[in-house]
Amino acid sequence: MISEFRQHVIENLAKPNVRANFRKAMDGLMQRRLDQFPDPAELERIRTQAQAIRANALSKLPELLEQLEAKLTDNGIHVHWAETTEQANQIVLSIMQKHNAKTMIKGKSMVSEEMGLNHFLEAHGIDALESDLGEFILQLAHEPPSHIVAPAIHKSRQDVAKLFNDKFPDIPYTENIDELTQAARTILRDKFYSAEVGLSGVNFAVAETGTLCLVENEGNGRMSTTVPRVHIAVTGIEKVVEKLSDIPPLLSILTRSATGQPITTYFNMISSPRKPGEKDGPEEVHLVLLDNGRSNIYSDPELLATLRCIRCGACMNHCPVYTRIGGHSYGTVYPGPIGIILEPQKAGLDVHGELTQASTLCGACGEVCPVRIPIPTLINRLRYEGVRKDASTTPGTGSRRTTAEAAAWKSWSWSASHPAIYNFGTKAAARLRGVLPMQMSAWTNVRSAPQLADKTLHERMKEMGVADE
Amino acid sequence: MNKPDTIYFFGTCLIDLIYPQAGISAVQLLQREDIKVIYPQAQTCCGQPAWNSGYRDEARAVARTQLALFPKPIPIVIPSGSCAGMMKLHYPELFAGQPDEAQALDVASRVYELTEFLVDVLHIELKDLGEPVKVAVHTSCSSRREMGVASKIESLLDQLGNVTKLEQIRKTECCGFGGTFAVKQPEISASMVLEKADTIRATGAERLIGQDAGCLLNIGGTMEKQGDAIPHQHIAEFLWERVKNPSPPSPLSLKGRGGARSSSEEAPLPLRERGWGEGESS
Ligand code: SF4
Repeated sequence: MISEFRQHVIENLAKPNVRANFRKAMDGLMQRRLDQFPDPAELERIRTQAQAIRANALSKLPELLEQLEAKLTDNGIHVHWAETTEQANQIVLSIMQKHNAKTMIKGKSMVSEEMGLNHFLEAHGIDALESDLGEFILQLAHEPPSHIVAPAIHKSRQDVAKLFNDKFPDIPYTENIDELTQAARTILRDKFYSAEVGLSGVNFAVAETGTLCLVENEGNGRMSTTVPRVHIAVTGIEKVVEKLSDIPPLLSILTRSATGQPITTYFNMISSPRKPGEKDGPEEVHLVLLDNGRSNIYSDPELLATLRCIRCGACMNHCPVYTRIGGHSYGTVYPGPIGIILEPQKAGLDVHGELTQASTLCGACGEVCPVRIPIPTLINRLRYEGVRKDASTTPGTGSRRTTAEAAAWKSWSWSASHPAIYNFGTKAAARLRGVLPMQMSAWTNVRSAPQLADKTLHERMKEMGVADE
Repeated sequence: MNKPDTIYFFGTCLIDLIYPQAGISAVQLLQREDIKVIYPQAQTCCGQPAWNSGYRDEARAVARTQLALFPKPIPIVIPSGSCAGMMKLHYPELFAGQPDEAQALDVASRVYELTEFLVDVLHIELKDLGEPVKVAVHTSCSSRREMGVASKIESLLDQLGNVTKLEQIRKTECCGFGGTFAVKQPEISASMVLEKADTIRATGAERLIGQDAGCLLNIGGTMEKQGDAIPHQHIAEFLWERVKNPSPPSPLSLKGRGGARSSSEEAPLPLRERGWGEGESS
């Protein structure tokens, strides 16, 4: 039986246009990143620095979160803790209700995707409008993001032109990117002024100063966080860093790794609501800190590295699997290599465990990750978690173990740890099935069948008189 | 390290079964440098397939059998970045906290991937006796990113005056083999290897050279199925063909299995080992 994931894969591999969009976009992003790091030694130096900053923050996560809460509170920002996405949604809703608010304008936030916030609010009669251009397009198309930085990357200019023409028949048809952007801006501009609440994500939360940092290119983040009367920021608990001086190196490696920009057009640092005498800014600012499985990940000393992620997307840009199957195949909020390690740990290996198979372990992701998350090592670890027999802290441990596969590996192991049997077996064609205890048809679909040599290397070495000591 | 007198050779299971000629050539190259080669006949597999599938106990049982094969304090040379990476980098993880951890660390510390050993330890000097040929190189991801030895195969080929290297686009991208990945996610793997085969073919190379049997089996097998195969060869076999006396074989003697594969119209002659050097009986 073909799994749901493989079904998605088969469907998406059969879409030449989408595949071409991904390939072109990923090639471009890889090149842009490369251009930002002409000196490999310098790149390694700043990766070391970024890794150290994030590892340091995680090593004192509980203290830093407390410090962050205290500082933010001092600064006049309300802090809320949510263990689950349901709680996070409820918190957002109750803030909205307190203000009798029916409209929300949103900056880009992957955590709000994780929460399924738009659907939740919609069900409560609240209209939440995405203002990031990519997210705006996807909201029109009723699609989830396919990339964490460039959510509509799977859509071509023509796709967007058609979509706009369909949804806004009054606007003349155009495939010109500037004109399309302008059209979106015009539509959004009004909404910014009428929305009662603005929502955003957070890239870094500084414990030392109680500052929320937001990285963006379109200015919609700034609009969402300053124009409406109330600003709600949502983020994962792992986003905290210790000091304000941690920000410049992280920001620099984030933008260079993500989009190949030395810096983004906008960088927002939010440290309080509007103060008396100030002309702009929200009257009220809230931060919702979401756990949703993160503290469980935190409890494992190896898997904890997952939480170092700064969501740059470089791992997916460089992933040969992601590039081909696209973000939607994963069926998760976070696709690509980071999704492969994060999603099964959040939802359980029983739910998203198959994603750990969506990697050749080629190492391209780990090679570019700005905070050096050893993604292939963690994938390997999660494969082990999926089939191990004893208990562990990862949800769904052991759920990927099947009797047939376990038996195949057992028999392989027995044969390959008994050289006499192995060498006897090497003479038979059936031996190959011992090496790869899998169905051969999956191999021969696009490849010729491997043919065994007449004589094994063992035999040839003997014949050549090579010493056996 | 200094040039050793004696080394252990670990042939890997894919070379054992499918590409023995690569193993033979590697041994011949080493012997020609006055190195005594020990091939422990009890060797089987490094354990990587099970390790990468999450079956750690099963992998450890197999790996433990290999640990016992290399008691002398001499290098262990492996003609594969993937198996070398398993022993060098993953044995320490696999045996962490086990009674034989020290032995695993000792073995790991002595592991060399073949091209790395030829270049960094032997400082081998090659004289090209072959006809002009254009080749494309595919370096396995494990050689490149785990072992960090991607430059070695290139520098070996650069020593060969009559060999022209052609570069395929996205050269560093994975071929889609990934061990059991190829059969567990056959559709993704196919999409990767089909593109890899196309980019290599587009270079106009006459031969594909690699350093990992898995990638060669994957890319070569795909080209064969497509019916427009460029012969593929393991670097050891290619190097031996270029440097040994007498002169190299005509394309017709490139044998069907365990060596470069001919895409010529003529049926490959059953001259399995003609001209492939001393020490082989058939
Ligand atoms: S895992 Fe690393 S490369 Fe991937 S998004 Fe996170 S920080 Fe970026």
